[in-house]
Amino acid sequence: MVQYLLMKIFRALVTVTLIVSAAFVVLRLSGDPAIIILGPEAPPEAFEAFRRNWGLDQPIWVQYFKYFVAVAQGDLGNSMRDGRSALVVVGERIPLTLAITLPALFIKLAIGLPAGVVAALYRNTWVDRLIMMLSVAGFTVPSFVLGLVLAMIFAVWLGWLPSGGSDTWAHAVLPTVTMGLVGAAVIARFTRSAMLEVLGQPYIRTASAKGLLWRNVVRSHALPNAAIPTLTIIGFLVGSLVAGAVVVESVFSWPGVGRLLVNAVANRDLAVVQVILLLVGLTMVGANLAVDILYGIVDPRLRIKRLQAGS
Amino acid sequence: MTIDTTPGLEPASPAHASGSVFTSKSRMGAFFEAWPPLVLIALFWIGLIAVVVIGAKWIAPYDFMALDLRARLIPPVFMGGSWVHPLGTDELGRDVLSRLIVSIRISMVIAFLSTLIAAIVGVSLGFLAAYFRGRVEQVILMLIDAQAAMPFMIIALAVLAFLGSSLFLFTILMGFYGWERIARISRGLAISANERGYATAVRDLGATPIRIYARHILPNIASTLIVSLTLNFPEVILLESGLSFLGLGVQPPMTSLGNMVGYGRDYIQSAPWIMLAPSAAIVVTTLSISILGDWMRDKFDPTLD
Repeated sequence: MVQYLLMKIFRALVTVTLIVSAAFVVLRLSGDPAIIILGPEAPPEAFEAFRRNWGLDQPIWVQYFKYFVAVAQGDLGNSMRDGRSALVVVGERIPLTLAITLPALFIKLAIGLPAGVVAALYRNTWVDRLIMMLSVAGFTVPSFVLGLVLAMIFAVWLGWLPSGGSDTWAHAVLPTVTMGLVGAAVIARFTRSAMLEVLGQPYIRTASAKGLLWRNVVRSHALPNAAIPTLTIIGFLVGSLVAGAVVVESVFSWPGVGRLLVNAVANRDLAVVQVILLLVGLTMVGANLAVDILYGIVDPRLRIKRLQAGS
Repeated sequence: MTIDTTPGLEPASPAHASGSVFTSKSRMGAFFEAWPPLVLIALFWIGLIAVVVIGAKWIAPYDFMALDLRARLIPPVFMGGSWVHPLGTDELGRDVLSRLIVSIRISMVIAFLSTLIAAIVGVSLGFLAAYFRGRVEQVILMLIDAQAAMPFMIIALAVLAFLGSSLFLFTILMGFYGWERIARISRGLAISANERGYATAVRDLGATPIRIYARHILPNIASTLIVSLTLNFPEVILLESGLSFLGLGVQPPMTSLGNMVGYGRDYIQSAPWIMLAPSAAIVVTTLSISILGDWMRDKFDPTLD
């Protein structure tokens, strides 16, 4: 178990290093920030001062090393537009994003899990077909289209809910529902195939052959085993809580991290983009690590198999 | 066991062909069994889109950038407009149908080229991992894991923050969507193909690795790869239209489906058709390709997820 854990943590660290390096490469090497921020007509002294301020005049490997040290210390620079610490600028948006992504996660699980299980249990009946049709629709309707259509119905025609902003809880309803519905489709589909996989296993046949009631077979043999692969997708969803709402936040003018990111990209505010990139990377890696550890606890088979696979 | 003698299962003899209803019915049944109606509709739509993409210039009734300030915000024909502008006009009097046609063309071309790039990158890395094994494979697997751990949208936004959005760079960026899945699949398939007799045979005949992989293994795993590329395609369309919707993808005066929805949303109250036409095009197209992809997967390779 210890070896399994260490291996997983090592992998997570490697991934974090890769993400940090990727952020460095993307944000530092692909253009000269001095020209982008100051414009090509700025006086040469201004360029000099800017480069000195941001450490852009040093050799690239020094910049890379310093960058790593700074990231490790949590020093991620100031927003190049409004001068405040980028970490603070991003940090103050996080609660607003969580205010819609957490309830959305709840909707996704509350609809997606049961729908997937039911579809698998009634495979190839009209129930399954209906659920899968809705699920495919959820996959193929982009969230901004669903969001705008919901806004058109509930805000423009019926006038029940506001179409944009964040003043009251009513403003959170449409973005939350939009994200919840799209995500539920993903979970339903994934749960269904996990469940079908389990239902085809010999131990399910054994359990029903020894005379267990079908609902008991499902409850104590099928569901726990199907829950294991489903953990992966839930881990991914938890990891994307912080920045999974880029499009939906923009549709409904919800001032969360996602909308901040879109504005920062449009304004080329590199420090803010970088903080969000690292934040997303860390939450994703953290969530994946948590899922891996949970796997190890829930399913002892994996501990052994993965070690033997030797990767 | 008794032999089943339902008419439909018997070989069609002249006697049956003349009068039996069952034979023809089962033939029609067999046809729809092989080609479900939904798949036929999807294929029809994809064909239509292909025609639009190829013939956009000749089909579009107007220049997609032509302004007509006297004909602003005219509703489409089924909402009280006229056939002069079948899908209405936008706030600058541009013909929505013409813009839609050009948008479909640009969005599809981007999605097609991107999927092609993802295929080349993914298959190359997958094959490299399968050929070298050991260290090289570990590094490639690590890259795959890192890519899979990050939502692609966030990476794309970070890259766009710096490079800005030229159509060329944007297409290449989209081309990196999904490479990790294709790399993973082609690595697995190549490793198992390597064990097969035909690979050993050509290797023993002295073929170079490039020849073995390109001429023998690739054709043998192509059907599975094509299925997974088909399933990748609609996702690229959604990603491209999402980014263009945010104003960070295809830039005006160029137009794309997401781009149209993006500015159409300002007129959601007064002129919803500007937004609805491209939305419908996105949904029906991605749905059709998904249906086709799922069907191909069930038919050719049920092991893929």
